[in-house]
Amino acid sequence: MPVIVKVPTPLRKFTAGSESVEGTVSTVGALVDDLEQRHPGIRERICDDQGKVRRFVNLYVNGEDIRFLQQLDTEVKDGDDISIVPAIAGGAP
Amino acid sequence: MPGNHGAAIVGVGGLGAPAAVALAATGARLSLFDPDRVELSNLPRQPTFGQADIGAEKARAAAERLRRAHPGLEISGHATAVDRKTGAALLAGHAVIIDATDGIDTKVLLNDLSVELGIPLVHAGVLGLDGQLMTIVPGRTACLRCLFVELPADDELPTCQQAGILGPVVGSVGLAAAREARAILAGRPAPLEDRLAILDGAALRWRQIVLQRNERCPVCA
Repeated sequence: MPVIVKVPTPLRKFTAGSESVEGTVSTVGALVDDLEQRHPGIRERICDDQGKVRRFVNLYVNGEDIRFLQQLDTEVKDGDDISIVPAIAGGAP
Repeated sequence: MPGNHGAAIVGVGGLGAPAAVALAATGARLSLFDPDRVELSNLPRQPTFGQADIGAEKARAAAERLRRAHPGLEISGHATAVDRKTGAALLAGHAVIIDATDGIDTKVLLNDLSVELGIPLVHAGVLGLDGQLMTIVPGRTACLRCLFVELPADDELPTCQQAGILGPVVGSVGLAAAREARAILAGRPAPLEDRLAILDGAALRWRQIVLQRNERCPVCA
């Protein structure tokens, strides 16, 4: 079973509306690259122009924040669950 | 330190209105803060208002309606913004704060005030079909800045006006925020302490992520 990536609503326009996509990669960084190849434009919403994860976006591997693991070098394996969680600032006026 | 002035609900819109309705029904003491007036477009997702309230100050109109519905309810409505000048004075003495605002600056401010004042904060956010909720207990749990160390500029995150919002989604998150606040008011641990609850409004599915305090958090460390 490949890695499963849960896509938040703001990024689903890059994945043709899919709420989850799959990948076969070995690290979170490779996953971001893989996502960009298949869903152009998505990387810019996750990473800045220096390739670092934007500070208002968090990535989790099986519920663990990669900031407390090996950041983009965090290894992933088949069956892992990856969540992309951006800050949400809305509250509906 | 938290006081006994009940719950402060900052923002009486799509999140705050259902939260206020739910907490009023429990008899909780409430303070509502919102500088805006009711608009026609608010009505589909803000159950405290009807057509007759269009043009009225949201916080006061909501307080009056809830007071009529629940005689004896201690509730006040303040047509004022909670900002860096007024925030500490307005929020001091409350037992819990609900962030029902629509904007990154105020959300950051409320987090910082929560930590400064030592008052638990229920942070809620909704955009499009996504919702997020977490409860911050200063000195004990992760705060918003543990989670998002730097916050984006205004133009880096879409607002509800840009991305849209769905009434039942924002209402679900508002009611969940009320549930968190109710636990705190009752002196019990809130379920979402050190947890981020994420609502996928398209699938009507909640999931949770366990949070960690950031030892280098610029606010609460």
